[in-house]
Amino acid sequence: MTRTIRLAPIALLAAAALAACGKKAPPAPPPAPVVNQDSINAEQARRDSIARAEQARRDSLAKAQADADRLRQAQAAARKALTDVIYFDFDTDSLTNASRGTLDAKIAALSANPDVKLRVAGNTDDRGSDEYNLALGQRRAASAKRYLTDHGITADRIDVISYGEERPVATGEDEAAWSQNRRDEFEITAGGDNLKATP
Amino acid sequence: MKRFTCLTLAAVALAAVASPMRAQQDTTRGVRIGLSYQPGVKPGVVVMPVSGSWGDSVQAMLQRDLDFGDRVTVMSGDAVNATATAQGSGGVNFGVWSTLGAAAVVQVALAPTGAHVILYDIAARRVAQMRDFPLGGRYGDAHWRLDVHGMSDEIERWITGVRGIARTRILYVRAGRVYVIDSDGYGAHAVTEAGTVMGPAWSPDGHTIAYSKLGSNGWSIEIRDLDSDAEHTLSATPGGLNMTPAFAPDGKSLAYGHGLENGTDIYVANVAGGPARRVTVGRGTDNVSPSFSPDGSRLAFTSGRNGHPEVYTADIDGSNTELLTPFNFGDQNYRSNPEWSPDGLTIAFQSQLAGRFQIMTITLRDRTVKQLTNDGINEDPSWAPDGRHLVFTSSRTGAKQLFVLDTESGRTRQLTHADGARLAAWSRYLAPTP
Repeated sequence: MTRTIRLAPIALLAAAALAACGKKAPPAPPPAPVVNQDSINAEQARRDSIARAEQARRDSLAKAQADADRLRQAQAAARKALTDVIYFDFDTDSLTNASRGTLDAKIAALSANPDVKLRVAGNTDDRGSDEYNLALGQRRAASAKRYLTDHGITADRIDVISYGEERPVATGEDEAAWSQNRRDEFEITAGGDNLKATP
Repeated sequence: MKRFTCLTLAAVALAAVASPMRAQQDTTRGVRIGLSYQPGVKPGVVVMPVSGSWGDSVQAMLQRDLDFGDRVTVMSGDAVNATATAQGSGGVNFGVWSTLGAAAVVQVALAPTGAHVILYDIAARRVAQMRDFPLGGRYGDAHWRLDVHGMSDEIERWITGVRGIARTRILYVRAGRVYVIDSDGYGAHAVTEAGTVMGPAWSPDGHTIAYSKLGSNGWSIEIRDLDSDAEHTLSATPGGLNMTPAFAPDGKSLAYGHGLENGTDIYVANVAGGPARRVTVGRGTDNVSPSFSPDGSRLAFTSGRNGHPEVYTADIDGSNTELLTPFNFGDQNYRSNPEWSPDGLTIAFQSQLAGRFQIMTITLRDRTVKQLTNDGINEDPSWAPDGRHLVFTSSRTGAKQLFVLDTESGRTRQLTHADGARLAAWSRYLAPTP
């Protein structure tokens, strides 16, 4: 008897198990996650900070790029002002009005860049005597130097040389070529690395 | 008629001035061939074939040198060659040569160290001159050729009374270097390193040259010993522009143009060193290209002091400056690059005509101007030691080349055949090295 009684719950269980197999049980709700909002916030903050840093870096790069572009443009403008060629009429070292304007821009650039030194190279067309033209080229270079020093540039910043008719930029036996060759060229011989813009 | 008489008198007077030197040469040289040189009359000369392995070279060089001298007609052609070959190295048949129109016959026999030369006077039927000439160097080399040229020059003097100009060389600039070439166009070679040079000049003895060279701080005058190839810088006026050097006739000093920032003036400095003395006061203008008178007392030079370039002369101390070339105010003409002739009577220069330079001469006595060229652009004349031939730059073939002009006959020959030769300077007679 006792045995039977003891078996009864097992049978019930078995019956119940059988019954269970025959009929679907409702799904058990998943265990609710244990959320640590602090961690989430920290992570978000980390991501945000990275994004901000990246944006700042992009902004900074763009700004640096823009600055560099502006600087380069300013330097190019200063360099162009310093090295712009001036032209002369036949057999003369007289400065034309256009040449004076070009030289005025050099004066501003030289004033903004006190470390800059220039070499003026005087050139001629090929119509005169090869030898006399060396002297004429020297006079043309000296003429530009005199204008610069007359306007406050110290003489030791400007150096002159003549190439006469030895270094033409244009070939041809006509005024178009000759007028290109009657010129002073300007070379930056010192202080040309970090040119400042002309104010 | 009266004018003719005046001209004749002038010619006689000039001949009288010129004759003492000739007479002296005649007496010092002993027997001279009975030919008197007359302008426009060129005696016929035959150079006999020369036997030996370099004989044909010697014959060709003598023929060319005598031809280039423009004072004799070197006879050639079948009849002449046949006659010369038939006579060989034996005696000279005066009758046959006389029939062919020869005034003189040159016979050369080569020996190991030189040449034995006989000059026959055909009209007089006798030996006019005979001499042994040492020939240095090795057959065909530069030294040997120079000695053969010296032989030609002496033969020319025997025949015409005037020494030839074959034993000379010419400096010029090409592709930024100074070159030298023999008077007959042989042996062109660079004597300076690659660079940029201008205005070469000879010392009177031919052993030293001067030129201007572009350096990092401008143009300097360089003096170069051709024997040792040593170069040194004239330091009297450092920096800026130093250009167009010219040796004084004594070879001890140089005149040259020097400029910094207030025009270019002519200075004189000793070759050996020391300070420079200023000759011109150009007040900011260009004064360049000096050329000494043969006695060294005056200079001719180019100056732009009156607006455009003209040729002036001045005493060596800068006094007595005179405008030599006449000009009209307002024109664009341009005269430059004077070269005083070795006899002191004439100055050659270049003058722009219709925008092109031409070679001209002007006499110092009466300022008679003569135009010598008209083909292309012609520049930078330099006199041969005979005062008769000029070397100059011409563009007549399209590129700049050197040409030699006989100012008396107008005959012209091309000296260089390499593109871009210019700024020629003719040496004096190059004396044999003792």
